[in-house]
Amino acid sequence: MLTLAPVCGPEAPIARANPVAKLAAVALLTTVALVAADWLTPLLLLAFVAAVLPFTGIRPGPLAVRLRWLWAAAGTVVLVNAIFAAEQTGRILVALGPVEISTGALLDGTAIGLRVCVAATAGVLVFATTDPTDLADALTQQLKAPARFTIGSLAALRLLPLLAAEWRQITTARRARGLEGGWNPLRRTRLFASTMFALLVGAIRRAGRLAAAMDARGFDTEIPRTHAREQRMRPADWALIGLAAAAGAAAVAVSAATGTFTV
Amino acid sequence: MIPVEFRGFAWRHAGRRAQAVTDVDLRVEPGERVLLLGPSGSGKSTLLAALAGLLTDDAGDQDGDVLLDGKPAADQRGRVGILFQDPETQLVMARAGDDVAFGLENQAVPRADIWPRVHDALRAVGFPYGPDRDTHALSGGEQQRLALAGVLARRPELILLDEPTANLDPQGAQDVRDALRTALADSGATLIVVEHRVADILDLVDRVIALGPGGRLLADGPAARVLAEHGETLAAQGVWVPNAPLPHRPPGTPGGLALRADDLALTHPGASQPALDGVSFDLRAGELLAVTGPNGAGKSTLALLAGGLARPDRGAATVPGERRPLHRLPARRLAVRVGSVFQDPEHQFVAPTVRDELAFGPKQAGWPADRIDARVSELLERLRLAPLAAANPHTLSGGEARRLSVASALAAAPGVLLLDEPTFGQDRRTWGELVDLTAGIRDEGTALLAVTHDRDFAAALGARELVLKDGREAPC
Repeated sequence: MLTLAPVCGPEAPIARANPVAKLAAVALLTTVALVAADWLTPLLLLAFVAAVLPFTGIRPGPLAVRLRWLWAAAGTVVLVNAIFAAEQTGRILVALGPVEISTGALLDGTAIGLRVCVAATAGVLVFATTDPTDLADALTQQLKAPARFTIGSLAALRLLPLLAAEWRQITTARRARGLEGGWNPLRRTRLFASTMFALLVGAIRRAGRLAAAMDARGFDTEIPRTHAREQRMRPADWALIGLAAAAGAAAVAVSAATGTFTV
Repeated sequence: MIPVEFRGFAWRHAGRRAQAVTDVDLRVEPGERVLLLGPSGSGKSTLLAALAGLLTDDAGDQDGDVLLDGKPAADQRGRVGILFQDPETQLVMARAGDDVAFGLENQAVPRADIWPRVHDALRAVGFPYGPDRDTHALSGGEQQRLALAGVLARRPELILLDEPTANLDPQGAQDVRDALRTALADSGATLIVVEHRVADILDLVDRVIALGPGGRLLADGPAARVLAEHGETLAAQGVWVPNAPLPHRPPGTPGGLALRADDLALTHPGASQPALDGVSFDLRAGELLAVTGPNGAGKSTLALLAGGLARPDRGAATVPGERRPLHRLPARRLAVRVGSVFQDPEHQFVAPTVRDELAFGPKQAGWPADRIDARVSELLERLRLAPLAAANPHTLSGGEARRLSVASALAAAPGVLLLDEPTFGQDRRTWGELVDLTAGIRDEGTALLAVTHDRDFAAALGARELVLKDGREAPC
């Protein structure tokens, strides 16, 4: 289970940063990590993230809990890529019957795993420290995203926990009617499909009612909306983007200088 | 405040053959407060939607005019506020204050003015928390008061209320009515309310308009006069007319033991307090046990555990003839022993037609085909569902769906039937039908347990009462 304990307080520096600035910084780091095919560049980027972490106000404990599955996934990526590499080059490290792992393949696998790590860690850092409402506000105000999209997504997000509760109710109601998956995989699949259908029917009805309530409060009028909460790009937000760009450039420069950089 | 006028108004929903309303001619003067009555299907909600400007060209066909202040209602949405039944689907934002602000942002109110108006509106409805309160953490009554604040903050000149308390428990409904009373006292807005429970709303209105089937005008005038002259007709149509006599269906002598609940206890994952903390009772054939108590007392949890639908932490529910406790029975076996009817009937429907729905339980129980046919025909007749035998259960009206959910739980003839809030949100007519239906099932020797807030229902059936408080049995 992914636990969703907050990774930082509402007053932490990273929680107060403009969500669009955070998105831009993450996009920069992730792009560099994905373009570089060597192992050093993503490692330097991870080191950068680790170095700035103490200044963000993030609590390391809850963050590590959130990241553990992603890191486990990255570890799997390393193994799979090392074992199933197109060709095993360099010295053979492990030979178990048909399975061979060579230094070259392990290095390539590690590079791919580290890229996954950079993208996942940076993504979690942004989304775990950003209130969805603030994100919608910033998307609307800084990037001029249409309110139909941002507010509509927020409203849909509000309904998600209701779906979970409704799923439990439908499952219980079906047991009362004598319907249960039991151990039979075919019956389980069919029951899952019909429960999903019942859930969707309910969700569509609910969405229709919510849309009517939103329109009744003037959401679909042509008047340009005002914003109750202001989201601004402050100097600190520009600095955050600049820092991410500099870190990306530095990582590439160092790895190129040592001769490891490849694309 | 604005005058409201319907001129020869008719509306047909897209894809339906029948008109929702025809030939409606009505005028409401500025500042008037009107209660709109009528049987279900008389188009009351359609009239409110028309006034709120929610009936757009692609939603159906309109004849005649709906005028606010002499201009078409569709162009004047900014001057109207509407509060619907379901609190869950009226809130948009995660924080309470943001939700009230949402309607103001749409009105292009400058930021500096938004927050004072949000605070005023929250105060006017007696919202007990600050503006940063998470809207998920609110009870139904609190959510509905927040939605009302969202309506009032926009300073509408016409306020529409569409059964604002129908989905709430008694305490929540009372809180919303108190909020309405305070908030409307300060407002000069024209008001139109749709509500079955007349007594609760009578002091808020000064005029009653009663519609017949199809939106035909039945009566119009001061509340007292309309109710005195047309009380019986309105009651027959499902309106809860004050002081109308209630049915009385006392029980006979109970028979043998049908279900035993022994020391049932359950703590939900993550909760600090047990939802149910050791409740025991015996349920006998031919009796009705009403489980009552305030919200959060553990009533629904008790119904789940007694029905074998959740695993208790402690204790067990058993029926004679089964050695295993109910929660350990396979679903097929459980369904022929104990039937459960949930608050939302649609969750229980599993078949494409009403007939298949009724045949489902007996089929699961392995009855021979001719016995199933006989049982289904009998139930269709008894519950007046025969004309709907081929209909899809999801297309039934509220009352029909409820009758079907009871009938399908009964189909395989279980000895025990558990009902969760069977009369919740029903109009007077459906309520009466449910009292008769419950009395009939009981008198045939089925043991019944009903979780209910409805004192009238328990009284009409002379039910034995089990009061819960904080997960334990409390003295009556």
